[in-house]
Amino acid sequence: MSSVLIKDLTLKYDHLTILDKLNMDIQEGEFLVLLGASGCGKSTLLNCIAGLLDISAGEIHINGKNVTWAEPSERGIGMVFQSYALYPQMTVEGNLTFGLKNAKVPKPEIAKRIAKVAEILQIESLLKRKPAALSGGQRQRVAIGRALVREVKVFLFDEPLSNLDAKLRADLRIELKLLHKRLKSTIIYVTHDQVEAMTLADRIAVMKNGVVQQLDTPNGIFHRPINRFVADFIGSPSMNFFEGELVTLETGQIEFKTAELVFNVSDYEFTNATPVSGKASLGIRPEAVSTGANIPDNFFSCDITVELVEPMGSDTLVWTKLAGQNFRFRMDGKATVANGDKLRIGFNPSSSSMFDAENEDRL
Amino acid sequence: MANNPIIPNGPKPKSIFTTRNILLYGTLLIVAIYYILPLYVMIVTSLKGMPEIRLGNIFAPPLEVTFEPWVKAWSTACTGLNCDGLSRGFWNSVQILIPSVFLSIVIASVNGYALVNWKFKGSEIFFAVLLFGAFIPYQVMIYPIVILLREMGLMGSLWGLVLVHTVFGMPILTLLFRNYFSSVPEELFKAARIDGAGFWGIYFHIMLPMAIPIFVVAMILQVTGIWNDFLFGVIYTKPDIYPMTVQLNNIVNSVQGVKEYNVNMAATLLTGLVPLILYFVSGKLFVRGIAAGAVKG
Repeated sequence: MSSVLIKDLTLKYDHLTILDKLNMDIQEGEFLVLLGASGCGKSTLLNCIAGLLDISAGEIHINGKNVTWAEPSERGIGMVFQSYALYPQMTVEGNLTFGLKNAKVPKPEIAKRIAKVAEILQIESLLKRKPAALSGGQRQRVAIGRALVREVKVFLFDEPLSNLDAKLRADLRIELKLLHKRLKSTIIYVTHDQVEAMTLADRIAVMKNGVVQQLDTPNGIFHRPINRFVADFIGSPSMNFFEGELVTLETGQIEFKTAELVFNVSDYEFTNATPVSGKASLGIRPEAVSTGANIPDNFFSCDITVELVEPMGSDTLVWTKLAGQNFRFRMDGKATVANGDKLRIGFNPSSSSMFDAENEDRL
Repeated sequence: MANNPIIPNGPKPKSIFTTRNILLYGTLLIVAIYYILPLYVMIVTSLKGMPEIRLGNIFAPPLEVTFEPWVKAWSTACTGLNCDGLSRGFWNSVQILIPSVFLSIVIASVNGYALVNWKFKGSEIFFAVLLFGAFIPYQVMIYPIVILLREMGLMGSLWGLVLVHTVFGMPILTLLFRNYFSSVPEELFKAARIDGAGFWGIYFHIMLPMAIPIFVVAMILQVTGIWNDFLFGVIYTKPDIYPMTVQLNNIVNSVQGVKEYNVNMAATLLTGLVPLILYFVSGKLFVRGIAAGAVKG
């Protein structure tokens, strides 16, 4: 059963279209991440789902009910904000109970829910404190708690970890994942952080200019990006692109030719079965490159000179030039390479991603 | 430790008598004296008897301290036929002040809150028009207001003046509250909406408790403004309910008989006392409120 269903959602300010005919079907218990650069409309979409923004056209259904014009509090959602948005003059307990009091939940029930949420989030000792006396991580826990006490089936997170430092962010990320496993509720989560998106999501929706580019599993997004934007946006460092031409030979072999290089892409899984030719681009992930002796025979291979080494601990980024253009790849962190070293590298062109040069769609 | 010599730490202490300090504090001192001297003269004169004043040494402290001028200014000085001093004007002013301050602040704070958080079509224009009102010299509105009050049957009444003060406080107070509320993070408002609070719920439970400093600022602005008002008081009320400032003018400017400088001084000091006390009591909060409204981003 779908938990949140969005039909042709459109949002316009005067003549400016922010979201354009957006469709999305989010299953019950799913963890969906809206990912995109700032200004792509991901937070706006979340605000529309929450009912904090009135939409221009389309429908929003939550738990099978049409809530397009319902008040935010009547939609059966809980929301967590980037800036925590705790009521500064209330204690933690006051923050947690404010919504319940507004909904006229009976007192014993309130007490029961507070105790339960405080236990889940381990904030029992903080209940009497004011938000100003809490650390960033504690504040975010309370903000999550405020959404939890509502006992709703859908939670909306608007970049909840962006204001925290790196270590705390990683910790809370794990906690969020465990929390989702425990509650089995639907979560829609907005972020611009790829790592968060990849680690948390069941499915990721990559957005650009108010349009969902691709809605897929983290694996699908990473390995089979649907267009060049997604391929470029996901992954750090980003993909290496070559511009060239696809040629089908008389032997039936398919080759991708740049001015200087020829890749055999006969085993590439084309989206359309029809034979292709014409201008295209080919993208290789820095992670897909092998070095040294363990390069299989069917790989494309060549010799390069290392130009720059970026040791990252767990692995090492190597910058070089391939056929005159910048090329970067990832090596094992224990590999000893230095600037100026000569290396043999190889990759399988058939497991790359290729895009039409004109509409930039995946081939 | 005892064996270690004491090593001077930090920068070398500077002499306080530098040219810069002398110039700075000298200027401040002169300016302070310039402002405090009239007050000194007023206090000193109000404590002297008339024979002593006639000697002409206005800076000399009183040879014989008397509080009689104060008593007379408060309870027996005559204006026209009434001889009950400033006390009548004081209570009139209080009756005008309390509802005017209360109403103007309540309405302006709700205005500011609505203009920030519940934007409606044309709310920006509404605000622009309201602000425009602050730049029109109010003298041009005096006569139209007379007609308005007459038509409403409020001319010459206390509530008519309250209405005028409330309306005239609106532009600046709305601006004050709007700016303050727009510095409150929008997400707080969103969170409260998700928590099911409505227009008044958010106003009373979220916004109001956060806005105490700006309420203090607004209160000080209004109390001093309304208490010191002379023009509206003299135009829109009648002698029975003249505010204190008008009463003061009538005592000081009466043309009959001897000019009682000591009574005049005492009466003026009495009238200025209310705003003065307010500044002393809430000065710290005032500064804090202004700063909070200005800097918090």
